Amino acid sequence: MHEEPLIRWDWIGRNWASIQVLLEDHVVMALVPVVVGLLIALPLGLAGVRWRWLYQPTVGVMNVIYSLPSLAVFIVLIPVTGLATRTTVMVPLTFYSMAVLIPAVVDGLTSVPDHVRQSAVAMGFTPMRRLLRVELPIAVPVVLAGLRVAAVSSISLVSVGALVGRGGLGYLFIDGWQRQFYTPIIVGIVLVVALAAVADLLLVLAQRLLTPWSRARGTA
Amino acid sequence: MVAGEGDGVNWLIDFFGDPDNWSGPDGIPARLLEHLEFSGLSLLLAMLIALPLGLWIGHTGRGALFAILSANAARALPTLGLLVLIVLLMGVGTIVPVLIPLVALAVPPILVNTYEGLRGVDPDLRDAAYGMGLRGGQVLGKVLVPVALPLILLGLRIAAIQVVATATVAAYVGLGGLGRYIVDGLATKDFPRTIGGAVLVALLALIVQLGFALVQRVTVSPGVSQRQTVR
Repeated sequence: MHEEPLIRWDWIGRNWASIQVLLEDHVVMALVPVVVGLLIALPLGLAGVRWRWLYQPTVGVMNVIYSLPSLAVFIVLIPVTGLATRTTVMVPLTFYSMAVLIPAVVDGLTSVPDHVRQSAVAMGFTPMRRLLRVELPIAVPVVLAGLRVAAVSSISLVSVGALVGRGGLGYLFIDGWQRQFYTPIIVGIVLVVALAAVADLLLVLAQRLLTPWSRARGTA
Repeated sequence: MVAGEGDGVNWLIDFFGDPDNWSGPDGIPARLLEHLEFSGLSLLLAMLIALPLGLWIGHTGRGALFAILSANAARALPTLGLLVLIVLLMGVGTIVPVLIPLVALAVPPILVNTYEGLRGVDPDLRDAAYGMGLRGGQVLGKVLVPVALPLILLGLRIAAIQVVATATVAAYVGLGGLGRYIVDGLATKDFPRTIGGAVLVALLALIVQLGFALVQRVTVSPGVSQRQTVR
């Protein structure tokens, strides 16, 4: 039915400026929630390790939030945040990031071997210094693994926001669908996946920089 | 947008109280069945792909890097984009176009958790099983899988919830399922309908969550689950 080529390169050239705007919007809507999610997950995770009874209920609530469909949450939020605002998209994504990151922070911190913690105490580290200089660095690989999942899923999920009027590159899917036109859809998919790959790669690099000892030991 | 005087609760009463919403091809039972059909089939297909692959990789250690990389790439695929592209290419005669993105969504968590679950089994335990004279397949079936089961079930649960939640998108390309209420409600600015659909999907996802908790309680051996709580 379509005699069109799969990709019309001239369309990409003509629309590159607006694609860039969508890309920037996408980056903001995907990454702000992950950063905010991490900033909230760190103290909550610490509290969960310090007071064990707190952990199970927190994870329970997060699991419930995680099981809510993103489209449904976008819609429920519209009366509060408005249609087609960035906030509508970013609030649920922040909660999804927290749902992935809180268990990662707790698992990371509980993975610190007891003898390491005791050595730090014996060397006279104050609890704060022990946390910053010993426990958090050791937790980095597990936290970053969670961060990678959160970042990649967030980048991919933003596009669903296009159904409520604001979805960064997701707009290209709506546009392509409405005009029965492949090019914007393919451009959108490629850019979302590329964006996720770049974010993932940067986080892997961050992990290598933050944990130089794991390279020295030769475990990669 | 209708900035109705009614609040969310009134919207829910409007939607769930309307008898028209409980019968016929657009009724809640019919839409629920469609939704379960998409989600169930997708999950089944994803399990058929990801479970054997994850078991094989976790048991033999071969192809781990490839599996993890492709799982991460699949996680990045935007379901909405994939769906509209496949439907444009294939047409909407069947439900196959909607299954492809949902399977792509469900495979990564199942695959990664199965692999990580097997890999996380204490090597001493594995050696002990071989020492007792079990062969490769028996070690896998009698030792590795039971010990890794909590993680494998977690992967299945995450996959199931994501599929149930994301299957709503199918309505956007004209297919059925509970997403119909959300998409139609948005298109006609019928807010009670939209919220009602959203609540139905959320309830379904929660039921799936509870179902997996039950399955976990029944299938995970007491020894393993005890070890879990101790950590």
